[in-house]
Amino acid sequence: MPEVIQTYTPLWACLSALLAVIPIILLRKESFLREGATFVAGIVMLGFVISMVPEVLSGKVLECMLVQITRDVPIKFRVDGLGLLFALVASTLWIVTSLYSVGYMRGLKEHSQTRFFAFFAVSLTATMGVAFAGNLLTLYLFYEILSLATWPLVTHHQDKEARSGGRKYLTYLLGTSVGFALPALIFCYVKASATGLEFSTAGFLVGSVEGATALVLLLLFTFGFSKAGLMPFHSWLPGAMVAPTPVSALLHAVAVVKVGVFCIIRVFTGVFGLEFLKELDIAIVVSWIAAFTVITSSLIALTQDNLKRRLAFSTIGQLAYIILGVSLLTDRAVMGSMTHIAMHAAGKITLFMCAGAVFVATGKKYISEMDGLGRKMPFTFAAFTIGALSVIGLPPTGGLISKFYLVTGAMDAGQPLLVTVFLVSTLLNAAYLLPIAYRAFFPKDRQLASQPFSWKSTAEAPWACVVPICITAALAIVLFVKPQLLLKLASLMVTGTG
Amino acid sequence: MAEQYPILVLLVLLFGALLVGLAGMADRRICFPVTVTALALALAVSLGILQRVINEGVIRYFVAGWSRPVGIGIELRIDTINALVLLTITTVGLLAAVFSFRRVKEDKTEKTPLFYILYLLLIMGLSGMVITGDAFNLYVLLEVSSLTSYALIAMGKSRRAAVAAFSYIIMGTIGASFYLLGVGYLYLRTGTLNMVEIHQAITGLEGVSSAIVVAFVMIIVGLMIKMAFFPLFGWLPNAYSYCPSSTSCVVAPLMTKVGVYVMVRMMLTVFGTEWVFENLQYSQWMVGMAVIAILAGSVMALAQVELKKMFCYIIVAEVGYMVGGAWLANHWGMVGTVYHIMSDAFMTLCMFLAAGIFLKQAGVVRIDQLDGMFRKMPLTMAGFVVGALAMIGIPPTCGFFSKLYLIRGGMESGHWGYVVALLISSLVNAVLFFRIFEIAYFGKKPVEGHGHHADHSERSVIKEARLSALVPLLTTAVIIILLGIFNQDLVDLIERSLKGAEVIGSAVLSGEGGLG
Amino acid sequence: MGEIFKQYVIDHFNFWIAVILMMIGLYAMITKNNLIKKLIGMSIFQTAIILFYVSAGVKDGATIPILEHHAVEVEQVEMLAAAAGHSPSEHAASGHESHAINPDDYSNPLPHVLMLTAIVVGVATLGVALAVSQVIYKNYGTLEESEILAKIKAAENDG
Repeated sequence: MPEVIQTYTPLWACLSALLAVIPIILLRKESFLREGATFVAGIVMLGFVISMVPEVLSGKVLECMLVQITRDVPIKFRVDGLGLLFALVASTLWIVTSLYSVGYMRGLKEHSQTRFFAFFAVSLTATMGVAFAGNLLTLYLFYEILSLATWPLVTHHQDKEARSGGRKYLTYLLGTSVGFALPALIFCYVKASATGLEFSTAGFLVGSVEGATALVLLLLFTFGFSKAGLMPFHSWLPGAMVAPTPVSALLHAVAVVKVGVFCIIRVFTGVFGLEFLKELDIAIVVSWIAAFTVITSSLIALTQDNLKRRLAFSTIGQLAYIILGVSLLTDRAVMGSMTHIAMHAAGKITLFMCAGAVFVATGKKYISEMDGLGRKMPFTFAAFTIGALSVIGLPPTGGLISKFYLVTGAMDAGQPLLVTVFLVSTLLNAAYLLPIAYRAFFPKDRQLASQPFSWKSTAEAPWACVVPICITAALAIVLFVKPQLLLKLASLMVTGTG
Repeated sequence: MAEQYPILVLLVLLFGALLVGLAGMADRRICFPVTVTALALALAVSLGILQRVINEGVIRYFVAGWSRPVGIGIELRIDTINALVLLTITTVGLLAAVFSFRRVKEDKTEKTPLFYILYLLLIMGLSGMVITGDAFNLYVLLEVSSLTSYALIAMGKSRRAAVAAFSYIIMGTIGASFYLLGVGYLYLRTGTLNMVEIHQAITGLEGVSSAIVVAFVMIIVGLMIKMAFFPLFGWLPNAYSYCPSSTSCVVAPLMTKVGVYVMVRMMLTVFGTEWVFENLQYSQWMVGMAVIAILAGSVMALAQVELKKMFCYIIVAEVGYMVGGAWLANHWGMVGTVYHIMSDAFMTLCMFLAAGIFLKQAGVVRIDQLDGMFRKMPLTMAGFVVGALAMIGIPPTCGFFSKLYLIRGGMESGHWGYVVALLISSLVNAVLFFRIFEIAYFGKKPVEGHGHHADHSERSVIKEARLSALVPLLTTAVIIILLGIFNQDLVDLIERSLKGAEVIGSAVLSGEGGLG
Repeated sequence: MGEIFKQYVIDHFNFWIAVILMMIGLYAMITKNNLIKKLIGMSIFQTAIILFYVSAGVKDGATIPILEHHAVEVEQVEMLAAAAGHSPSEHAASGHESHAINPDDYSNPLPHVLMLTAIVVGVATLGVALAVSQVIYKNYGTLEESEILAKIKAAENDG
């Protein structure tokens, strides 16, 4: 068993976002101070998260008991490698996105910005809660809070489209979590309440379920956490693209969907335990569902002309990578899954923010209109290219690292067919992302192409939009050069010290 | 003083009612303070009772000192379960009374004293039903509470209120009469009316006496009418939706819940779980009916366009939760039922308080009239959202935990149909309440296009509710969350009574049970 | 056959009468169209239950339970309690009590006392019900249920 340290740091990290809601509401008249409060909260949160890194790296586990809410199962935080990895990603990107949303929301003169920032902070609290959740009940609690807190963000425009998108969003997320994940949770509670439902590398369900019951339970969890967008419960994700772009960027490329896959990874590694799943030999069912999702969503993405929708389907495919990786159960595949959370986050948030920047600067939403835009918005599209490379998994970006682990993991698992799935989908990724970047710089239209490039003719989005894009693009490259921290955190989970 | 608490809680309310009557003759404005004082005292006393039960165990109080050997005294008997339900009743009573402050003053000036007299008698009747240890006394108090609620419902401004009250009277009287008849059979067979003594006599009998089976069936059928268990719920939706808001706020949360409580009491104390679950093989049937009740209530709630009617059908479904839970015949089912009696009382109170405020401030009767409420009445909506989340079963509200325990009970006893029904009902509740949220958030006709909001163009005339309405609502919302966070303490208390051998003496409930 | 008939019907004829009255009352409450007729049914129903209780307290040849011997007080009270604790059918077993007062001489007072309360409840219910039906008459101008429902429906369609 790893050494356990009792500390309130995870709670503070969580609360720093929640407490920010108060100044945000109080300072609603002073937009500058209001956004300042968001930044301060983001930096404080990141500080708390970073302060936990050394201890976790040394193989310890941080725990924080909140409420003994039922006899056996408390509400508690427990920080291990995976949780910290996810918290690091989310809190870093929150700061970047806050900056971006200032530019975006002001640039478009959106209404109800106070409500927007307040719910943004609440969503982050919930995300942190999921990341640090020490047991299944806590995980479920914050998962549901996140679904509810993001609804006003998704439907921010309050128009017809937002209404139907928001309806789909909640129907899918709440429907699956109450219909599938909740019964699975209670079943675990009935079966193994003595273990406190606490995540552990061995899995708390070991020996309590078998055969078909275990398979049903695993599928209930996998589909129940439908934030992961696994087919056939994926269609809320393109629907939720009606949200303002910062929301799409942070929540639908990072926080919400990643919370979904995070929960599924937790189910595999913490609830069942990899060893137990190997024994049960059921995870392959999930692998094939994920593989199907990878290929299908990539094919759908090819057909989409709306940039955000194309990115959304791309996200569905990338999330399925993560689920596929963890369901292979080999050490390298699982490590690949965990690091892919971070790698994909950096790449995809860049792409989304680029889409938003294009919209702010030109009002264009469709890929067919973006010919030659790279000349007007060189920074944006340079970043877009880097983000695309990262999502495809090409050097010099972090995407390569995680994809390398995923593919070798699939080989370890002795599943050549699934290796092929990874490779084919990589080609498809390239096919739906690279042409956008290419056309932006080298338009089809002769006239556009023949114009010489000059700095004077550029018309970038506001600096508050462009700077974050450059930061995340740089991050995608940094993750290629220095992925050690993430790998170390991820390896903690598979070597059994977590 | 502390020994007299059990009777004191009733006397305070009874004399409160008298005083209200006297005060009403002098000055109608005194009625409200007197009522609130009486209820606050009752709440304090019921807290004291809970304290005593926790410290000293079961309280047995003989009214006027006529202790048992004489055979004619009325016993008040309080264990942790009824102490908790009593606390729920007095709390709900106080909150709904505070809410009624302006409403009654404006609606029915001459009738203010009458309203408060009936109100206090209603709370007295309900409290008495909960703490009495005498089966016949329970009948009398059942009728006290029913009669007062008939009158309160008939006070509604709508023309239909009287018609609804009339059918409630007919159904209610049938229910109470069945109960009385059942008690008669019990008395003939056992020669006593004291619950504990009836239990002793029943366990002393050999085999299954058909007279006692008849008595049990009559009592349960009578109570089913009183608690509006499917298919005997016909009187409820009209009665609760056409009565004045201040009445529905107290009647809707309490009447059905106290009916369920009495059923639980009959099963635990009077007949004993061993007799009920082992001698009668009714569990399958009752749980099956509960499943139908849950599903039917949910489906009918979906079909409603009026806010209060929708809540009424949700109550029908929730009664199904509790009856099913009690008949799961295992530990967690019973714990879940008793816990849900409390949590559902507060959830329903929250719903009806919010509905009352909407009706008062904005004249809202139908759901689609709620457009734009998040902006117009943010605090009211905040309270309403908490109640709605509890109804759906989102942690950490109390609704989640009652579902957790009920579903656990269902899984452990293998009643999968019940488990599925609970989940479906949660989903239906999610649909119902998010439909409301959506209307309240977007407005009736969402504006086309981007970034424009309705309130730029029109200044809303609808204002946030007054403090006397908001305080009860927000207090209820806080209670809903606190009940959830401290559910473990409540469950401990409930279990203490379930495990008391004197009460049940059965292995069915006290075992920790498990699937395998 | 005759034996069974005697055992179940003749010996318990009071219960049968109560049940028949109850059914009459229930029938009226559910099927009658006129609200006052419904209330009459309700009264019959309640009275049947009162009859059931009171007849259960009667014993053959027993008199009203008023004690005339003032000398023995505590004992008697306790014994009376014991008597109250037995239904008529069990009386053979309690024959060993050879005190000055034989419980068999007195009918069981408790059901009567209970029914006093039940009568009060019944009267109160009837009073409330009559008051409510008066309000209904004021509102709708009729006491026929079908007409009232028709008027409600008409009002709904208008609104």
